[in-house]
Amino acid sequence: MEPVIDLDGLEVRFGARPILKQLKASLTGRSIGLLGPNGAGKSTLLNTLLGFHKPSAGTARIFGRDIRTQAREVRSLIGYMPENDSFIASMSGVHFVRLMAELAGLPKEHALERAHEAFFYVGLGEVRYRNLGTYSLGMKQSAKLAQAIAHGPRLLFLDEPTNGLDPPARTRMIQLIQEVRDRGDLHLILSSHLLRDVEECCDQVLILKDGNIAAFCNLEEERRANRRFLEIETRGESNGNFLDAIRTMGCETAPGAQGRIKLVLPDGLEVRRLYEVAAAQNVQIRRLNHKRDSLEDIFLKAMETADAGNAPAPKAAATVPAGTAPGGR
Amino acid sequence: MAVYKKTYRPYEGALTGRMTRLCVIPRYAFEDLHRSRFLNFFFVASYIYPLICALIIYVQHNASALGLLGVQGANRLIAINVVFFMSVLGWQSMLALFLAAFIGPGLVSPDLANNALSLYLARPFSRVEYVLGKMSVLMVLTSLMTWVPGLLLFLLEGYLEGWSWMPDHARYAAGIFFGAWIWIVILALLALALSAWVKWKPAAGALMFGVFFVAAGFGAVINGIQRTHWGHLLNISYLVGSVWLKLFQGSEPTTNGAVFFRVPEGEELPMWCCWMALGALCALCLYMLARKIRGAEVVR
Repeated sequence: MEPVIDLDGLEVRFGARPILKQLKASLTGRSIGLLGPNGAGKSTLLNTLLGFHKPSAGTARIFGRDIRTQAREVRSLIGYMPENDSFIASMSGVHFVRLMAELAGLPKEHALERAHEAFFYVGLGEVRYRNLGTYSLGMKQSAKLAQAIAHGPRLLFLDEPTNGLDPPARTRMIQLIQEVRDRGDLHLILSSHLLRDVEECCDQVLILKDGNIAAFCNLEEERRANRRFLEIETRGESNGNFLDAIRTMGCETAPGAQGRIKLVLPDGLEVRRLYEVAAAQNVQIRRLNHKRDSLEDIFLKAMETADAGNAPAPKAAATVPAGTAPGGR
Repeated sequence: MAVYKKTYRPYEGALTGRMTRLCVIPRYAFEDLHRSRFLNFFFVASYIYPLICALIIYVQHNASALGLLGVQGANRLIAINVVFFMSVLGWQSMLALFLAAFIGPGLVSPDLANNALSLYLARPFSRVEYVLGKMSVLMVLTSLMTWVPGLLLFLLEGYLEGWSWMPDHARYAAGIFFGAWIWIVILALLALALSAWVKWKPAAGALMFGVFFVAAGFGAVINGIQRTHWGHLLNISYLVGSVWLKLFQGSEPTTNGAVFFRVPEGEELPMWCCWMALGALCALCLYMLARKIRGAEVVR
């Protein structure tokens, strides 16, 4: 399967200061989250992929096209929603998006039609003739999304798309991103410091720290793996017998205080069997949680590992089929 | 698809070519400039002087018109010679400076002030194409004000004087064309570089005049105090005027009629110095543009 982004020893320096250090990873997901603390190199990575910074060593490929030698072709595949306010305040919204679509290569009639569509799509249809300078912060964010999708890119770069949005506007923006992701042949890279945004929109996460890859995980696989990881709280006289009984069924267990037990179910064993065994042992199961590593856990773990100085080699080429839309989240 | 269908769909149509994309920026800029009444008025008004010159050429060659006006000796008073064409170019070039100071800053500074460059350059569009697109707006307008009317006057004179006049005075045409282009390139580069640097339209416009007039004044002060002519190196219009003199007259000495671009007699600098100074100015402008026209600012 063709990777969306292939980082091949990518290194970027500003003067003598290394910003991105020999990044190697192959990202194949439909929606990829870029996480990291401030100064980790997220924006530099996006800017380098867009050709704004020249790699000092290595390269990267987007849909197989080299960012060094095929920069123009690469950029024709990309839609970019920057983090900061980026527009011309004295232009009307639809005029601006039309200009951007024409620069991306759309003929002027199509550019105008798609600019109108994009504005209606992001919910700004009624204000599309107003000057961008008069828009509220939420409207500006939506207008930025409109210009990023108007020309129908194959890959969308979203840099902090929910920055400064109030909760309803944030929810609307996340819904839009999910919709865009799930329709058509479009991949997206979402750079954010908000773990929840990434968790809601992405199926792969690349965590950067100090210009290195601190972790690379496939959220979908993590979720699937953690489905077998339970935490239960029991009450009863014969907890010990209950533990022995579930161990004989193949469960790995770790008893805690006050009747709490962490366990991993073996394949083929249904949760229902636990209740049956508990009933047989006269033990009550008061609470049962499917314990899973949240993205926050993954992120903090990655930060700790990076701090310890032994950043794990990224699980390169994690294989989420390009067409797999993560559903049910 | 109707616009009321609020859904996302990928674009599957044909894409335009590189040249068409390059023309997008000038097209939008011209649309924008066309909305300015002042600019339209100024642009039309800039043709008054060439029209008067055309009238002079016509009257010079029309005995009955001269008789009608009762100014039979006028052809000796205003001769159609190198001074005449240099003054046309000089006057029109000065107007071009005002035009460039008025519209030049509005071309680049809004993009920089609003961080829109990253959006332009995130598309299949290079920094060079961006600068060329913006420069072309100034180049087209200032061309229409300088060498185009200059050459039309040359053709009119050639037509009325007899076609053999044109090859004999081809140097005038070359002087008008190349002289105007030197000025146009300098104006366009300066206007874009200064507006990229200060990012504020009014300040960039004022700075544009400052570079021409304040620097020239400073050069004159140096000349006065040091009793030298090297202060003229700071006077861009002097430098351009020196090059024009060479273009129009070759090595023959002449008094020039290039108003704002006049080179005082006896204060000439070596030609290579003028070229070097103009080259250095262009290089400085290109450096400023290279530093400022970027998709993302680099903080080292």
